[in-house]
Amino acid sequence: MSVKVQSEDFDVAAEAAALTAGRTDIGAIVTFTGRVRHDDKGPPIASMTLEHYPGMTETELSRIEADAMARWPLQASLIIHRTGHLVPGDNIVLVVTASAHRQAAFEAAGFLMDYLKTRAPFWKKETGPSGESSWVDARENDETAAKRWRSP
Amino acid sequence: MSKASPKPVKLLYFAWVREKIGRGSEEVTLPDNVATVADLVAWLKTRGPEFGEAFARPEVVRAALDKAHVKSDAPVLGAREIAFFPPVTGG
Repeated sequence: MSVKVQSEDFDVAAEAAALTAGRTDIGAIVTFTGRVRHDDKGPPIASMTLEHYPGMTETELSRIEADAMARWPLQASLIIHRTGHLVPGDNIVLVVTASAHRQAAFEAAGFLMDYLKTRAPFWKKETGPSGESSWVDARENDETAAKRWRSP
Repeated sequence: MSKASPKPVKLLYFAWVREKIGRGSEEVTLPDNVATVADLVAWLKTRGPEFGEAFARPEVVRAALDKAHVKSDAPVLGAREIAFFPPVTGG
């Protein structure tokens, strides 16, 4: 289990390899990479700035990761989230889950992303081509996606 | 007024809450009548128009006590750090 909050980019293959090096009990690795993209609607963005709450971010990501570990038989997991100035095409977030079998790895990766999006204290501010900037609004369907993991 | 809470509390503001208030953090001593997060918001709004602006729709501002998410009815007694921020948009 590991959580990193950093401004630098990450190498998906290198991170997955490091997480599973020397392990023969891992039969399935799922990696999810989130990237900065242009909005489907609206004008293209020039850049994005990610603010976070140092200390709480790491605490909250570790809590989410521990929740996933308690729910699925994971051998290893990793969350990396970038902060600071990013441009379209840049990586933002990496989630890696490793398990004996694929189902746990797939489900846990989905759970980690859904919970991260509604619980981890990050805020995106987009800057348009002429320099105007605005905070990204939280999306209702992120909340709905996170709710599907709640126990009945 | 009776005695104020002796320990100062650190308040933190993030994203547009920080921009509207005009600072990222401050230390305050909470009045005795501030028992919950909602009470704290009501008191902050009396401190200036920038707080009125930031908390114009208090239901959209989230709070954390000592780096854990809380609801507005959470008691603030004993908290060392209280943060206010918009709904999160990471990932």
